[in-house]
Amino acid sequence: MSQWEVVIGLETHAQLQTKSKIFSGSSIAFGAEPNLQANAVDIALPGVLPVLNREAVVCAIKFGLAIGASIAPRSVFARKNYFYPDLPKGYQISQFEIPVVQGGGLAIRVPQGDFLRGVGEQEKFVHLTRAHLEEDAGKSLHEDFHGRTGIDLNRAGTPLLEIVTEPDMRSSAEAVAYARALHALVQWIGICDGNMQEGSFRCDANVSVRPFGQKEFGTRREIKNLNSFRFMQQAIDYEVHWQINEIEEGRAIRQATVLFDPDTGETRAMRSKEDAHDYRYFPDPDLLPLEIDAAWIAEVKAGMPELPQAMQARFQADYGLSAYDAAIVTASRGMADYFVTAVAAAGTANAKTIANWIMGELAARLNRNDTSIEDSPIGATQLAGLVMRIADNTISNNIAKKVFEALWNGEGQSADEIIEKQGLKQITDTGAIDSIIAEVLAANPKSVEEYRAGKEKAFNALVGQAMKATKGKANPQQVNELLKKKLGG
Amino acid sequence: MINSSLRKLSAALAARKISATELATLFLDRIEKLNPGLNAYITLDRAKTLAQAQAADASGKVGAQDTPLAGIPLAHKDIFCTKGWRTSCGSRMLENFVAPYDAHVVEKLAAAGMVTLGKLNMDEFAMGSSNESSYFGPVKNPWDTARVPGGSSGGSAAAIAARLAPVATGTDTGGSIRQPAALCGLTGLKPTYGVVSRYGMIAFASSLDQAGPMAKSAEDCALLLNAMAGFDPRDSTSLERPAEDYARDLEQPLAGLRIGLPKEFFGAGMDADVRAVVDAALAEYRRLGATTVEVSLPNSGLSVPAYYVIAPAEASSNLSRFDGVRYGYRAPEYGDLNDMYSKSRAQGFGAEVKRRILIGTYVLSHGYYDAYYLKAQKIRRLIAADFQRAFENCDVIMGPTSPSVAFAFGAKSADPVQMYLSDIYTISTNLAGLPGMSLPCGFGAHDMPVGLQIIGSWFGEAKMLQAAHQYQKVTDWHTRMPENLK
Repeated sequence: MSQWEVVIGLETHAQLQTKSKIFSGSSIAFGAEPNLQANAVDIALPGVLPVLNREAVVCAIKFGLAIGASIAPRSVFARKNYFYPDLPKGYQISQFEIPVVQGGGLAIRVPQGDFLRGVGEQEKFVHLTRAHLEEDAGKSLHEDFHGRTGIDLNRAGTPLLEIVTEPDMRSSAEAVAYARALHALVQWIGICDGNMQEGSFRCDANVSVRPFGQKEFGTRREIKNLNSFRFMQQAIDYEVHWQINEIEEGRAIRQATVLFDPDTGETRAMRSKEDAHDYRYFPDPDLLPLEIDAAWIAEVKAGMPELPQAMQARFQADYGLSAYDAAIVTASRGMADYFVTAVAAAGTANAKTIANWIMGELAARLNRNDTSIEDSPIGATQLAGLVMRIADNTISNNIAKKVFEALWNGEGQSADEIIEKQGLKQITDTGAIDSIIAEVLAANPKSVEEYRAGKEKAFNALVGQAMKATKGKANPQQVNELLKKKLGG
Repeated sequence: MINSSLRKLSAALAARKISATELATLFLDRIEKLNPGLNAYITLDRAKTLAQAQAADASGKVGAQDTPLAGIPLAHKDIFCTKGWRTSCGSRMLENFVAPYDAHVVEKLAAAGMVTLGKLNMDEFAMGSSNESSYFGPVKNPWDTARVPGGSSGGSAAAIAARLAPVATGTDTGGSIRQPAALCGLTGLKPTYGVVSRYGMIAFASSLDQAGPMAKSAEDCALLLNAMAGFDPRDSTSLERPAEDYARDLEQPLAGLRIGLPKEFFGAGMDADVRAVVDAALAEYRRLGATTVEVSLPNSGLSVPAYYVIAPAEASSNLSRFDGVRYGYRAPEYGDLNDMYSKSRAQGFGAEVKRRILIGTYVLSHGYYDAYYLKAQKIRRLIAADFQRAFENCDVIMGPTSPSVAFAFGAKSADPVQMYLSDIYTISTNLAGLPGMSLPCGFGAHDMPVGLQIIGSWFGEAKMLQAAHQYQKVTDWHTRMPENLK
């Protein structure tokens, strides 16, 4: 296994968040009754013509700007010809020779070792070949039609940005890290809702293997339609093992398109290169070349949100976050929005604590409940309120966890309300703590004796008892100091 | 009335000498009597036509300044989608297709108050120069029913020549308005590419297709074009230009007009009878004060081969939507999906359409694309450059529309290349996107009409129409009609 190098390139179809289709005025909302969102253009009646939706172009420009690509001043729509019942015109309008977005790339962080805790990450830059605009096809429905096939053209003409990488990735982990970063970015800049279940973001992986040191790429097979990161990892891992095994058994890899079956965890060939289509691409004579001038790009740029890299640098400089922390709180637009809102409410001085809470308690809790940060039961200002009470010593870190839990369960609107209602305010009155310590010492003569005999452990037990007696509300540091004094230390 | 110009019909309607309903009835009755012998119309619906005419009568548009064509009947080539009417494109594939929407042109002419008499026969999917490729049988030339009317707008030409419609719409991809106009003794105009919206016009070769008016005279063409032209946001190749009155220069004299005569159009290939008539017409132009100058279009010899790469390539893709899945013909029996496709398309398309789909598929295939399609596109640019150079020395270009008068049925149908060559003088204008027209200028062999072609510079429609109208003021070829149909 170790003498084989894995080479992966990804092609991603991101459905663009426009109001209408790329070449017609139909809505692209998901979930309508079949064929109710298909007009004359979408069903390709005789005589109809496509008209480019400029909103889709704006999405492509945003993407190009976000990945540092060049945006073609003139790109061309081409027809990709093939017959399929859910392809109404008998061709798909796409871009072929001259795509709208050229080059650019994405910095990714690849987990090394323990994936969940994200330790030992490595930075890597994945180069993009291109990104081009195209229309989606409809759907063929094979169930419920008694041996016949139903066609739903609601999706036909939905705008897609097909994003193609160079064969830069060397493991399934890198491929998944890239896909996650891309997934976050397209949502960050607001061009795609990222909903993988509804097919808004789907990937094809081109996978090949070669002996380490060999310059030429091995023959690749393309795994189609990976609609979850987990499946992507599984599919690539299976495919890599399969290819290595084939080669080691003396069988050559033949170029093919394969599908991943999540039930069996295996990939299987759909069609080989021999029966691949000749798509007969040629420029679509119904559409003029797409021209994008500097003014248009500048206009789009002005409306772009701050990008993750810029935000990371700002957080490091202004809030003193580490590079790692800055990267985590900007891992998604939702995370960054949450962080920014919380810092605005709690003040810059608390930024680091907020980051820790987001990355620690909140992330773990969201993860356990399979909830996105956008749907977090604890809002950013609620978390800010909690952090502020830690900062001003109203509660200890331990009590804060209790308050967090209570907020999560909806036991109160704010940290203050919960602290008040549940009487969690930290006890800092020396007199009160003194009397509690006196009670503890009286009740635990054995521990006192042990401590005096030199057993350090006994001291901790006494602290524990004191804390227990105050239900954790006493300031632990004060308890320590006062106890030492009482024991004559 | 059947010989009247649009202006005369408009005046008669405005003066209430005749109603739109009476006028429509007059033409419908004549169609009923004469169409069976000509096969120009393939879809008629008297009730619909009369309803439109009655609506026009009641609309207040008749006689109004901004709707000069209101109440006047016309007929549409069956390539235009017409809501509620069968729109067959001359094909079995769409034999039962009733369009659920109106083409832009149809919409505009309806808004102008014009009344639809019916749908006109054509070569299947506009592929042909003789109307012999129609699934609904050939159209006959009213001047001699043993001869072809030209194509692909043969139904439009025959209908006007036989006075079964005052004017009609046509489309021109390589000569499909001008060649049948010439062969039937009419005036027809193909505008500059982008002047008339293609929305709702069933595509043959998208980068070449252009709709235009067919009529008896240049004046009628100008008035009909006024109502057809205009920007349409539904067609990305439609041009956003200020509205033009194409009749504005009709009465300007021709003194000083420079007519370019491409030496390539006057060489071998043109029949002697056609040449004599065209030469006489040019002499008439000189008498009207125009000067003629020889120009050269050195690449025009490449126009037919370039066209027969580009047009079939686009057609092969445009016609892919006719797959039997959503509408149109589906074979009654088939095995799997591929069998359904191949049987439906094999049975639904005629021989010429299939030939062009095969040619187009071939030239776009991997490994052949550069040698054929890209090369043809380069030639196309050379041809446009030729014209640009020629127009530095002349205002319009003239020559024959067709190398021969209307030929007999069957004369060329067995030899596609011979058929393709009948468009040798018209194709280059489509490749260059230029406007072109044909007007009757006399009779050649077998007493069949001969057409004079005028090619204008880009957006030179008004200039061409002026040249044609001034000629028609001193000649009467455009008023002639077949004796037996009077």
